[in-house]
Formats: sequence, C-alpha cells, structure tokens
Amino acid sequence: MAEADQNLLTDVVTGSLPESKNLGKRTHPLVELTLARVREFARQPEAVFWVFGFPLLLAFALGIAFRNTAPERLPVAIESGAANTAETAAAISRSADLQAVVMSPAEAAQSLRTGKVALVVRSETAASRGFSPGFDYRFDPARPESRIARLAVDDALQRAAGRKDAAAVREQTFTEPGARYIDFLIPGLIGLNLMGSGMWGLGFVIVQARTQKLLKRLAATPMKRWHFLLSFMLSRLVFLILEVAAILAFAYFVFSVKIHGSLLSFMLISLIGSLAFAGIGLLVAARPRTIEGVSGLMNLAMLPMWLLSGSFFSASRFPDFLQPLIKILPLTALNDALRAVMNDGASLGASATGIAILSAWGLVSFVVALKIFRWQ
Amino acid sequence: MNAITNSTATQPAPRTALRCNALVKKYGEVTAVSGLDLEVRAGECFGLLGPNGAGKTTTVEIFEGLTNADSGDVELLGMRWGAGNDQALRERIGVALQQTELADKLSVEETVRLFRSFYARGGDVDHIIRLVSLEEKRKARVGKLSGGQKQRLAVACALVGAPDLLFLDEPTTGLDPQARLQLWGVVEKFRADGGTILLTTHYMEEAARLCDRVAIMDHGRVIALGAPGELVASLGADQIIEFSVTSEAGELQEAPLRRLPGVTGMRAKEATEANGVSYLLTVSEIGVALPALLAELEGENVKLDQLTTHQATLEDVFVNLTGRMLRDG
Repeated sequence: MAEADQNLLTDVVTGSLPESKNLGKRTHPLVELTLARVREFARQPEAVFWVFGFPLLLAFALGIAFRNTAPERLPVAIESGAANTAETAAAISRSADLQAVVMSPAEAAQSLRTGKVALVVRSETAASRGFSPGFDYRFDPARPESRIARLAVDDALQRAAGRKDAAAVREQTFTEPGARYIDFLIPGLIGLNLMGSGMWGLGFVIVQARTQKLLKRLAATPMKRWHFLLSFMLSRLVFLILEVAAILAFAYFVFSVKIHGSLLSFMLISLIGSLAFAGIGLLVAARPRTIEGVSGLMNLAMLPMWLLSGSFFSASRFPDFLQPLIKILPLTALNDALRAVMNDGASLGASATGIAILSAWGLVSFVVALKIFRWQ
Repeated sequence: MNAITNSTATQPAPRTALRCNALVKKYGEVTAVSGLDLEVRAGECFGLLGPNGAGKTTTVEIFEGLTNADSGDVELLGMRWGAGNDQALRERIGVALQQTELADKLSVEETVRLFRSFYARGGDVDHIIRLVSLEEKRKARVGKLSGGQKQRLAVACALVGAPDLLFLDEPTTGLDPQARLQLWGVVEKFRADGGTILLTTHYMEEAARLCDRVAIMDHGRVIALGAPGELVASLGADQIIEFSVTSEAGELQEAPLRRLPGVTGMRAKEATEANGVSYLLTVSEIGVALPALLAELEGENVKLDQLTTHQATLEDVFVNLTGRMLRDG
C-alpha cells in the first residue's frame, strides 16, 4: 500500500508513467481533426445539397436563360395614325435586325416603358413639319439594345427614302468558342461557389461548436490551436475537388463549356481561392457567439463580392474610381484568374497578381483569426 | 526499495496535486469566487459541494486554465498556468465540462480517437471505450446517445490522455440513478488506479460516496471542509427532525426547543415558495427528543403540520451552515 502510494506520488510529480498507461497509438491530430471535419460535413445532407446541388441548379437555370440562339430581331413600335404607317413598318421589317409592330401611341409609350420594344417611331407628315416627311425616334439611350435599334431603324428608313451607300462593305461573322455568356458564367459560378461554401461551411460549424462549448472543451486539451483552424482549411480541399469537378463536368456535358488552358492550373487556382475563402471564413467566425451574429457578418463580407466581383457580368462595367477596390477583392482575383485559364487559355504566370492577392487574403485572415479566436 | 518504504513510514505530509490561495474572480458586479483557499492531495477524490451559483464551475474552470482569475495563485502538479508550460500541463489533466455537447455527427469511436490524437501519452482507444462501458455504442453517432452515455463519453474524452488530475464538473447532473451508478464506477476505478480527482456536485450522496474530502462552497467561499463523515459528525447529532407548524401559530420560540432533552441544535429553514418556515432539530437521541418535542408543542397549543426524521447527511451540514437547501440555490 505504502509502496503504491509512493509510486503514485512520483508519477504525479515527475509525470512519468508505468508502461501500461502508454499503450495507445495515435494518429496525427491534424489528420484526425480534418477527418472529423469531412465526416461532419458529409453527414449533413442539407449542407451537401447547398454545396453541390445548388450551384448546378443555378448554372442550369442561367445557362437556359442565356442560351445562344440566332440573334433575335429587336422589336420596334410604329405609332399608328399617320398616313404612311404601313410603308414605314414595311421598310423597317426589311432589316434583318428589326421587327416592326404597329400600335397606338398610348400602347407604344407603355411598351417602351416596360421594355417590350426597343424604340418607338412616329411618322411626321409634311404638314406637321413643314418640309418633306421625317421621323421621331423615342428611346432610352441607357439601354444598349435601344441604341442598336436606333442605328438600324435609321439605316432602314434612310435607305427606303433613297439614301445610297457611299462605300462597299463585306461582312465576315463568326462565333468564337469561349465567348458565349455561359462560357463567361461558369468560371464565375465556380468562384462564387468556392466563396460561399468556404465561408458558410466554416462559419456555422465553428459558431455552433462555440455555442455548445465544444471549442472550450478542445481548448482544455493539449491540441495545438492552429491545428484546429488549419483542419478547416484542409477539409475544404477535399470538397474543393468535388465541387469544382461537379460544375465543370455539368458545364461540359450540358453546355459544351471547355477549359482552354491547363486543367492543373485551373485546379491550382481553385485551390488557392478555396484556401483564401476558408481563411476569411475563419476570420468571420472567430468571434461571434450566435448563428445570427455570424450570418450577418458572412453576408456583410460576401455581399460586396456578389455585386462587384464580376461573377454574373463583367466588373469593368463599374465606374473607374471603384476599380482599384474591386481588383483587390478576393473573388474578383479568383474569377479573373479562373477565366484567364478557362476562356483565354492563359498560363498560371499570367494570373500571378491574382494569385498573390488570394494568398495574401488567405494568409492574413488565418493569422488574424488565430490571434483573435474566441474559444468560449 | 527500503528507503522508499522507510520514508513513507515516517508519514511525510501528503503531496499536493492542486493548491490555490486567495483566489478571486468577479464578473462585473458579481463576485463568483471570493478569496478561495483549497488544497487537493495527490491520489484523493476531492469534492466541491455547493448550490448552483456558489462559484464551483468558475473555480474549476480557473483550475483547468480556461478562465483567468482576477487575483490569487493556483498551482497544479507543481506548475502554474501562463508560466510557459501550459501545453505540458494540459497533457496531464483531464477535463469534463458541465454540459459539453460533443459533435453529434461523429461516432463514439471517432470522438475518442480524435481526443486521443491530442495527447502524447495515454491509453488505447478500445481500452478507453471499454473503461466507460460504451463498447456496444462504439459505432453509434454521438447525437443518438442517451444522456448517461453522452456523459460517459465526455468522461472517456477526459481520460484519453491518462491524466494525473481529473476534473469533473457536475458529471451526473440530470442522469437517472442507474446512469449515475455507472459513472461513479468509472470514477472509482480511476481513483483506485491512483488518479487524483476534483469533482463538483450538488448531490450529497454523490459527494459522500465518491469523495475522500469535500469542501462545501457558498457565495464563492469554502464554508466547511473535511471528510464527509467528519462534516456530518460535526453536527453533533446523527438524526434530524424536520417539522413545520400550521401558520396561525406564528414564529416559534427557539429557546425552549433547544433545551429539550436529546436536542443538540436548532435552525429555522428559510421559507420557500412551496413551503412555509420549517424547523430543523439536530438530535443525538431521537427516542428521547421526539416525545419531548411533541409534548412541548402540545403544551404550547401549537398544531403540527408536517414532521419527518432522517439520518444526518451533508445536506444537513449545508442547511445548518446557511439555512438554505443545497438544491434551492
């Protein structure tokens, strides 16, 4: 008895242990933590849907909406009531780009307002003008199709009135693969999805673990804290491959969207982008104590990128003074780099700046998150 | 070998696993821990007993290195938090927090394996699962476990690193009697293998059964300390008579009751919402005291409302010290 006590005391004081207490083999904590992340994710059917199913549905819907068909004729309204209405409509309809619709002035105004027609034409008789017949064009110059309609209508009416072309022109048309809207859209959707799944996938899990005191429990173990945070980023890599592959395969088989550059470069950029967003996700989830709190912060972080980063339309449409800001957003950098490889067939080196921007976001976010992380 | 036996034979002061001096922790205006001194000896099971809000959890979390004290000194296993060896210290303690929810989607085995990976030393995963009798549930998801099974898993996670010092914060709160017995078995086994345990509880029977010594806490202080048997004995009585009288009687005079034969002490227990004032008599000889009490009440023309007697417990120690029930908070 006394001897047992004494052994115990030496154990307590020196930390040495009898062999029997040291049986266990252990895997590396980073491996176990990453496995735990992957398992937790894969065992949540709803999360799996939002990461894999939702982007495919979105790509499908947008692909259908913006599918490439023969160029449509622009609808143009001709106000009825003038003596030469029929001739005007006929002249306009002769143009391959236009479709003339005769309607009352009130109807025409309404159609223009609601975007059903691109332009309204009113014939001016000689009496009301005091000289040879002319036309009034009414349209909104901010609408690109209205400006095209104005040019085409004017051309058609001037020719009908007897104008001769001064120079002979020949036209050569072609549709370049990789230049369709769906080609533009797919890399943007991949970027958007990497952002969304990186941030949502991390934010909720972390905040939930915080509310149920799991983080506090982990903080009481010798677990290295950076192992814990890094495991989230590593687990993202597992899903990244599946996520990107799912969208790429879908786009290839349904819309024949191809990667013009190297697939390896594309995956590498996706990986760096995914790590960057996982880092930002960790940072956003570093402090909040409630799901509501983290949701608000997530939306705050993602909204500017949804709007500005050129996922659905080119970011160059925004005014010049915003461009420097837009350029340093991680999603812009990711979208641009993905498009460079996918659509332009560019090498990895061409996206060096974008990759640097993404890496900086990922690294800085990770380090700051580790510093300010709330464990309880 | 001889030298060792000799040195133990001379009965050196028991080595200390944990010691704290003048520990203070405030949350705003509320003082959770108010100048606490405590010493836990190596190899003992030490209980912190007290009502909710007594400061037990705060105290334990300071010991576990999860909360910083405002002032005071904590030394465990010869080390201090924040002195550069926190990691080494965490390797040697095991922690089960009050109500931790482990990840629902992981299985029992995956959870234990995960926690095992954090510790440099410790037992084999199968062995630990067997230790807490969860072999049949090893493939089950944590979310599907019963309260008692979850709690045993939490204790398993505390044991994976073969700790020298185990902290259990209200390990059996909310468990049914059988689940509680199973958990006690795990704790007793760890203790028998030479581990040191600090547990908090507000169940007296748990403290009485498991603990070598208990400290009764109230308002962030220790108000009584000793072996459970000693504390009960300090009441100077082994039976308690608890009674209440009909309300028209008003407050009873204490002095005549204290003078009754066989009565060693008396205390009025604060009224709760459910009950009016009741009185507690600590008695050494129930056979003498009870008839005397009844005669006294009859003589005063006071009508009894309720009367019970029971063996004195730690609960009575607490009531005797504070006038409140442990579970009333």
